[in-house]
Amino acid sequence: MTNDTILVKTSCYHCGDECSTTSFVADEKQFCCQGCKSVYQILAGNGLGSYYNYNEHPGATRTRVTKRFDYLSEPSIVNDLLDYTDDHITIVTLYIPHIHCSSCLWLLEQLNRFNPAIHYSRVDFLKKQLIVRFDHRACSLQQLAELLYDIGYEPLISLQDVIKKQNAAGKGNLVQRIAVAGFCFGNVMLLSFPEYFGLSAFEQTFKHFFGYLNIVFTLPVVFFCGREYFVSAFRNLKALTLHIDFPLALGIAVLFIRTVTEVSAHTGAGYADTLCGLVFFLLVGKFVQQKTYHHISFERDYRSFFPVAVQVLTGDTEKPIPLAQVATGQRILIRHNEIIPADAILLKGEALIDFSFVTGEAIPVNKTLGEIIYAGGRQTGDAIELEVVKPVSQSYLTQLWNNEAFTRKQDSGMKTFSETISKYFTVALLIIAFGSLLAWLFTDYRRGIDAFTAVLIIACPCALALSTPFTMAAALSIFDRNLFYLKNTRIVEQLAGIDAIVMDKTGTISIGNSKSVAIQGQLTEKQKQLVYSACSNSIHPLSRMICQFLGNYKKLPVTGYKEIAGKGITATIENDILRLGSGAFVFGFAEGGAPNTSVHVMVNSHYLGYFQFAQEYRAGMENIGCLNDNYELFLLSGDHDHERTDLVKFFKADKRMHFNQSPQDKLDFIKALQQKGRQVLMLGDGLNDSGALKQSDVGIAVTDDVNNFSPGCDAILDGKSFGKLPAFLRFAKDTVTVVRLSFLISLTYNIIGLSYAVTGHLSPLIAAILMPLSTVTIISFTTLATHFAAKKRKLI
Amino acid sequence: MNIIYFLIGCSVLLALIFLAAFFWAQRSGQNDDLYTPSMRILLDDDVTDADKSDTDHF
Repeated sequence: MTNDTILVKTSCYHCGDECSTTSFVADEKQFCCQGCKSVYQILAGNGLGSYYNYNEHPGATRTRVTKRFDYLSEPSIVNDLLDYTDDHITIVTLYIPHIHCSSCLWLLEQLNRFNPAIHYSRVDFLKKQLIVRFDHRACSLQQLAELLYDIGYEPLISLQDVIKKQNAAGKGNLVQRIAVAGFCFGNVMLLSFPEYFGLSAFEQTFKHFFGYLNIVFTLPVVFFCGREYFVSAFRNLKALTLHIDFPLALGIAVLFIRTVTEVSAHTGAGYADTLCGLVFFLLVGKFVQQKTYHHISFERDYRSFFPVAVQVLTGDTEKPIPLAQVATGQRILIRHNEIIPADAILLKGEALIDFSFVTGEAIPVNKTLGEIIYAGGRQTGDAIELEVVKPVSQSYLTQLWNNEAFTRKQDSGMKTFSETISKYFTVALLIIAFGSLLAWLFTDYRRGIDAFTAVLIIACPCALALSTPFTMAAALSIFDRNLFYLKNTRIVEQLAGIDAIVMDKTGTISIGNSKSVAIQGQLTEKQKQLVYSACSNSIHPLSRMICQFLGNYKKLPVTGYKEIAGKGITATIENDILRLGSGAFVFGFAEGGAPNTSVHVMVNSHYLGYFQFAQEYRAGMENIGCLNDNYELFLLSGDHDHERTDLVKFFKADKRMHFNQSPQDKLDFIKALQQKGRQVLMLGDGLNDSGALKQSDVGIAVTDDVNNFSPGCDAILDGKSFGKLPAFLRFAKDTVTVVRLSFLISLTYNIIGLSYAVTGHLSPLIAAILMPLSTVTIISFTTLATHFAAKKRKLI
Repeated sequence: MNIIYFLIGCSVLLALIFLAAFFWAQRSGQNDDLYTPSMRILLDDDVTDADKSDTDHF
């Protein structure tokens, strides 16, 4: 490797990958493959070269060059995808995972320069969506998808998108309610000031005018903004549970009634400002809690993994058919890199199936004719023909979704701290309220009623209701900064309650397909070149890895080549005969005791040594071992147990590691742990872990690219932050402590307020000061304390 | 001091107009995507050969 030309690295002008050859050049620019070069030529040909000016290497690498959008010519499939269509205009929203920089934005909004039939295209950057309005008489959806593919932006069209309904309405409505509450709050505050500062005797008419105006402003606050609290309180009463919404609704109702009676009877100014402020702050708390990650989906199941349609063969013609309509007995055609959507028998072709998503096993397996291939495998060889034996929804893999874990209601898990506490809080509140009513009733019934209502007003758990949302929202943004994305704020508290951790192996604690390669034995440069030449003919992943490991050699002409799939290669190069492969293949007998996958090398009957493939574990795996002190740690792997000895140092006890686990086994294992009273955290990555992720109390999907497929889960963890898991768990516990402390603070405020309230002399001014003051204290305390905790755990 | 009635009427009306404007913006989806426009504004209009001479003045 002394040659200078090899050391100079050129990166592809389009995608930035390293160029291994110099054969793809256009306009003096280097490209790594034909795909990248053709994208460049399309863009340059359309005068869109500025694409490359905004960012360096904005493109996606294009190693695959076949188009697969035939199914978009099927009207039954297309109609489900479209947002709107009439005689000449069609609007469609496409999800494009590659959108990542301003170049993408610029290019995708210029689609009409490629095809004038596209009237309008708009990017939503965070959602990675493209909205296109086009004339479907001049440009079909298939042509649009192909155009996007050609310029390097392949739309991801999956079954779940077809089924998925946008549910953005909820949040929009909340924003409107906050706007109304804020508007009323502001006006009522201004109108209440004269009363607080004192009005002279001749200004008393204004006092009544302001009072009535205040009532008008509280009407929308109570009946539009605060309606949901009454609905929720009523629903809780019917179910005989005491939720925090009950004292809140009670507080709002009492505030409103007392304001109306005081103003109309001219006995006082009422509490209109306290009421509006309360509802406003509560709604803001609700808004803060609703954090959404537009680019991440937590609800994915097998449908977003499977293709929308599959090619069905009838006679000699092939026709795309939507997956749901695939029936037993049909013949389907699966091409290279496509996923087998249903359990099927292999009829024709060489099947080399990558089951990494289903079993976790990274090395593709060979299947012989007549064998049943389970759904979920990805064909890595040439096209194959299969006969479907089970419909998609009944297949081995998809059956998992029929398990009760998937139909169970979402929030049946742990009770959050505020839910537990609010039950006692409500009871105590009612006792104090009725107690003060009874105490005054016989001496002064008016004062009794005053005291009763004042208690309900002052003890209205506004600060308590806000402490959880604000703490959790702050915690969520800390997690977010560390590439750990939680579905909602509830998950933080559930994380804090965990006492058992279960991990999947492949893809979760070990990195997908990348294994470290090492040579055992001495090979000369010439021999390395021979091995490289032989291996470069093979598509087997191990051969590919050997080629990558050896680096760039000039390929020698291979005269004789024979590959026995799953076993090894025999190659004749010039005058040397090479045998590469498993022990059984090279020596004729299986080697005993080799712990890892290995490929043996024999040149002209001389044994030279072997390539060893050791599994690489994620960075930070050593931190995980420390979790053993406080948690019960388990390993569940769909893989064989040849790494048992490597893994025992992390999991301490041998009996905590279980191998050869089917997806159903994993689910059952979690269930068994839960029945023993454990709160289980599951870390997984693939479809095979979906059941376990769903069954567990907190399911975390570990992934290297958050935009990629990840199964339905409660949280998504970027692989880069894997080692921070212990810190995350500790921080979740800190967060719960912060919530408890802030509850104490709000309780102190309540007690101060109550000491006024029980006497029956609660001035509106005290209520109006106490409520915002406690709110501000809680918000600033939770934010500061959460940040302090994050600093302590080294998360910021 | 009766002018107060008129002034308060005016201020409430004004505030209501702003509230209505916000509702309209919300309903028409102007707040749906708050991120992309910030990137879009940084992109230049394409400079074709015909009007290249104009840009040379800068």
